[in-house]
Amino acid sequence: MRGGIPRSPGRIFAWGMAGLVMLWLTAPVLVLLPLSFSGRRSFRFPPDTWSLRWYENFFTDSTWHASLLTSLKVGLLSTAASMILGTMAAFALHKLYFSGKAFVTGFLLAPMIFPGVVSAIAIFGVYLTWHISGTLTGFVAAHTVLSLPFVIVSVRSALRIFDWELEKAAASLGASPFETFRLVTLPLILPGVLIGGLFAFVISFDEVVVSLFLQTPFVRTLPVQMYLSVTESIDPTVAAASTIIVIVTVASILISMLFWQKRKTSDA
Amino acid sequence: MLNDTRLRWLILFVPVAVLGVFFWYGVADSLWKSFASPEIGLQNYAAFLQSPAEMAVLRRTFLVSIGVTAVCLAFGYPYAYLMTVTTARLRTLLMVVVLIPFWTSMMVRTYAWVALLQNNGPLDRVFKSLGIGGLALIGTPGAIMIGITQILMPFMIMSLYANMVRIDRRLLDAADSLGASPAVAFVKVFVPMTVPGVVAGCTLVFVLSLGFYLAPVLLGSPQHAMLSQLIVQQVSQLLDFGRAGAMAGVLLALALSVVALGAVLARPAIERGYGENT
Repeated sequence: MRGGIPRSPGRIFAWGMAGLVMLWLTAPVLVLLPLSFSGRRSFRFPPDTWSLRWYENFFTDSTWHASLLTSLKVGLLSTAASMILGTMAAFALHKLYFSGKAFVTGFLLAPMIFPGVVSAIAIFGVYLTWHISGTLTGFVAAHTVLSLPFVIVSVRSALRIFDWELEKAAASLGASPFETFRLVTLPLILPGVLIGGLFAFVISFDEVVVSLFLQTPFVRTLPVQMYLSVTESIDPTVAAASTIIVIVTVASILISMLFWQKRKTSDA
Repeated sequence: MLNDTRLRWLILFVPVAVLGVFFWYGVADSLWKSFASPEIGLQNYAAFLQSPAEMAVLRRTFLVSIGVTAVCLAFGYPYAYLMTVTTARLRTLLMVVVLIPFWTSMMVRTYAWVALLQNNGPLDRVFKSLGIGGLALIGTPGAIMIGITQILMPFMIMSLYANMVRIDRRLLDAADSLGASPAVAFVKVFVPMTVPGVVAGCTLVFVLSLGFYLAPVLLGSPQHAMLSQLIVQQVSQLLDFGRAGAMAGVLLALALSVVALGAVLARPAIERGYGENT
């Protein structure tokens, strides 16, 4: 180890701070796991009796498992839409040169830094008059525009390291531009597209504020159902739902990592 | 044809149109309503800026966001620093601990704080056993800050780390060989080079915390409302899109000016060659 602060009070202090941060970041989620196996209708921690009743409730009570299904549907549809639209935008931005390009880029990326509530009332106001608030279409449209910037950023960074000579080579070998894109460009930028898609899915699966406005008792995503449950009653099904959300998120990350690993080895 | 410029424009047009219709139209509409609903004029802004109660909420939102940013920086800086100097294995551990919460649902994490901070909850009982009983945890701005900080900490750490990892550590060796003590080298050589990372991280965290809704609602209380709660109340309870639009306009203006300020603050350091912040 060279430079910086050597084994010194400074380094010890830094590790102390880092230890606190690690506890701060991980502890809350770890608390939920035992809570979801509680035997009582209370948020008492640690629980004094244990059961699986909250998981049973999650999968038998239709308001809970229907909301999980809605979340998965909205998540998959909006992810597909934002992956396609985001790849298109990133590709065009990379290939086109024009004055005002910075403006168009800002136009496409701005939802990323918009305060959540501002996006929510903007989206809700017009979706209401278009009668798509409270419909699957409304949810998918809203989640698509919110996750689109993340796909664009991710695909753009993949395009930056792409070797454009490969496209010329494919063209000189007689590939049509579409064939070139499908057979050469797309496979090489696919990791960027997939990471963007993963972002999109997690954002959609996690989104609460906009969905809270769009929801109805019939079309409701899981985080919204959790929110309503936390504000209305003491129901440890929320803890079970949290554990399920964590499992779905971790699984989607692991699946994309495995997919990526497999591609890497098959490329080699 | 993909090489055809016209086709490229078409490819650009589709996502721009989708975002224009399903996002920007709504933004424009709510800003328009802030000036035009119920009648044309500045009355919605005037009502907001002249209400002492609502100004108190705006001030609280600002202060909580500053507090969150300061705490994230104070804890995130040493954390990111350690990530750049420690062994590969410890670095992976530090990285995973930052990324796991980043990928964990915001709703789940906020709810976890509800469970932890509730009256007679785990933290309350720890404090009581230490003899500091009767601390109201939930329902205070402190609880809101604890919740928001946990969610935004990964953003700060990743911004700082992206900057620090690019710093040429031989410069510190050079300072050392020129006789600077490690502490002096750290403060005079290392810290100035991290300014772009600090500015990027602080801007991001501050702007994101301005618009937080979940943590204030679930961990705070109506007496300690933040601006986002006021905006939601205007729409969902009063259906007053004009007033809500004015508040959203002020919040948006605040967020954008902070982003612009961040860009200005980072410029001198970037011009001196201390790395671009991407």
